[in-house]
Amino acid sequence: MQHTLVVLVENNPGVLTRVAGLFARRAYNISSLTVCQTENPAISRMTIVVDGDDTVIEQVMKQLHKLVVVHKVLDLTEETVVERELALVRVKVKSDTRLEILQIVDVFRGRVVDMGRTNLTVELTGDAEKIDAFVRTIRPFGLMELVRTGKIAMTRLDS
Amino acid sequence: MAKEKEKTTYSTGAALLLESLVNQGVEIIFGYPGGAVLPIYDALLNTSIRHVLPRHEQTAVHAADAYARVSGEVGVCLATSGPGATNLVTGIATAYMDSVPIVVLTGQVPTSLLGTDSFQEVDIAGITLPITKHSYIVKDPRDIPRIVKEAFHIASTGRPGPVLIDLPKNVLAEENVVPKPAELDLPSYKFFTKGNAGQIEEAVRVIKESERPVLYAGGGVITAEASEVLQEVVEITNIPVVTTLMGIGSMPSDHPNVLGMVGMHGTVAANHAVNDCDLLIAVGVRFDDRVTSGLGQRFATNAKIIHIDVDPAEIGKVVRAHVPIVGSAKLVLEEIKENLTPPKCEEWWTRIRTWIEEKPQEDPNILTPQAIIKELGNIAKDDAIVTTDVGQHQMWAAQGYPVKNPRHFITSAGLGTMGFGLPAAIGAQIAAPDKQVFLVTGDGSFQMSIQELATTVQCDLPVKIILMNNGVLGMVRQLQKLFLDERYSQIQLKDNPDFIKVAEAYGIKGIRVTEVSQIRQALEDAINHPGPILLDFIISEDEVVTPMVPPGKKLTEMLGR
Ligand SMILES: Cc1ncc(C[n+]2csc(CCOP(=O)(O)OP(=O)(O)O)c2C)c(N)n1
Repeated sequence: MQHTLVVLVENNPGVLTRVAGLFARRAYNISSLTVCQTENPAISRMTIVVDGDDTVIEQVMKQLHKLVVVHKVLDLTEETVVERELALVRVKVKSDTRLEILQIVDVFRGRVVDMGRTNLTVELTGDAEKIDAFVRTIRPFGLMELVRTGKIAMTRLDS
Repeated sequence: MAKEKEKTTYSTGAALLLESLVNQGVEIIFGYPGGAVLPIYDALLNTSIRHVLPRHEQTAVHAADAYARVSGEVGVCLATSGPGATNLVTGIATAYMDSVPIVVLTGQVPTSLLGTDSFQEVDIAGITLPITKHSYIVKDPRDIPRIVKEAFHIASTGRPGPVLIDLPKNVLAEENVVPKPAELDLPSYKFFTKGNAGQIEEAVRVIKESERPVLYAGGGVITAEASEVLQEVVEITNIPVVTTLMGIGSMPSDHPNVLGMVGMHGTVAANHAVNDCDLLIAVGVRFDDRVTSGLGQRFATNAKIIHIDVDPAEIGKVVRAHVPIVGSAKLVLEEIKENLTPPKCEEWWTRIRTWIEEKPQEDPNILTPQAIIKELGNIAKDDAIVTTDVGQHQMWAAQGYPVKNPRHFITSAGLGTMGFGLPAAIGAQIAAPDKQVFLVTGDGSFQMSIQELATTVQCDLPVKIILMNNGVLGMVRQLQKLFLDERYSQIQLKDNPDFIKVAEAYGIKGIRVTEVSQIRQALEDAINHPGPILLDFIISEDEVVTPMVPPGKKLTEMLGR
């Protein structure tokens, strides 16, 4: 099962290597990993999507905790969360497909960020399923290039 | 005024480093010089720190490791950049696997050359990432006091382990350094000491209700200085005790409750007891596959498991613990002891007694390894320290030597590093100059560190070397004998040198022993000899270590007795 872990780490050189190295040598599978500074510049936030059963995830979290530079580890899998991913998708267009593609982009609430004679580039945010669905729909038209940021996530606060 | 100021500034980064080490109580460094660490060696001329110069960097790190195991202090070693640093790798891994607190100092090329493949540059922090608890690359000499302080703190607290500090040459050479305050700045580092009160209560309850309890003690008991309270718990409850290889010495081996070592080469009684127990109280152990045969969840299936460990990641890693307790073995056992009600285990003992048996008597006329170890145990002082190499001789020593105290049996357990023994004897003898230090080694392992005979002479270390010379890589031969139909491959050490002559070339006395009747005299001669000495015991290549649980088999499916 896929788990979404949030790992708060000290913003030091070498931290990413330590975390990534741990996953590699203990044979854990990372599906995606994003890193960025947080509101506190001394702390970076990693969102790691990792595959594994509960025992594996428990080990991953404990091993991460042991790293001197790791501040906090949270498993968001069971939480209610807001999760987003950003994708840039470049697709082939011809004069007879342009309209249909633009309609699809619209349905998915994407935004065209670059348009050429033979292609256009779409920016899309949403959860992984939405992006998967968009890519599936657009692929038959000629998918040229795809970049995805990987998931970022935050728990919802009940107000 | 100007003079005053000079006192608070330090001439160089290297001098500041040594000053910081002195502030941590460091009295000795095991090291080997080279270009990148010239500033340290220059500054060493002006400090109180003693420096030991072995003949290989691997010895520096093994000796620092053994120094730490024996003294309970943090061991310190030092090597130059590049090959000096890479020569430390095996030793760092050895210390990491056995959770030994050491601080490893490596020279590095100047920061201006970092990353350019310059002469003698390696990314030692990168290379050692998986085998260090933490590491630093120092960029600013003013950080040295803080980093040294942090390194010692991290190495010695929680689950101990090696910490590496990589020191670029310009950082060491920088002059007029005004240090920043030496304050720990480790906001994310945490470790546990006291166990959870609810879990401790639960442990007390399951102990009381158990009928066939076994206490399984490991290196964590020794590291946490929990031997005394462990013995008290055992005496209150009358629970039988098995130990791991690392746990040897956690209880006196002649204590009536001690059944011996558990696992692949464990005793019959220990292995049966663990297999049949209904409660396994695991303290400072990590269910290594040398104990569990790699059975994981299928290990000790009849038992509830109380797992006490300082490292939360060890709990649940191999087996599921019914009562997990994260904390220092000492503090947790002390709290458990407070409310302890002894279980009723008389019947259990009756059963256990049927498993306790004398090892079958070998032919008294043959010079067997068991006879050597037994005689050594008879004649050595109670507080003698034994270090070992890795192989059959290690297991014979572990099975047969009567270790009375914690920190007195020093062996590479987790990594099983051949070549550890002589360097470890050096570190042990330096940590305990007034104690007898015996090295039990094999002819394969010994030759991985044989050059260190020179260090024993240079440093006046009267270590007594018990060489079990079988002319083969015995442990590998044993595996080929038992599991590969005697198809022996690359285990012959046919052209071994005459070890007596080798010893003599280093200025060390050597005695060859070929008969059982000579054992006692040779050992007495060794003990009475003031300096280092080598006893070359010629034993058969066909000896096997028994009992043996074949890999993947249950503990009770032992070959031999
Ligand atoms: C550095 C290293 N290389 C290889 C091994 C694999 N190994 C384990 S025991 C052994 C044989 C050891 O021979 P020796 O030191 O003569 O001891 P004996 O088993 O004969 O007592 C070997 C090669 C090891 N443990 N360490």
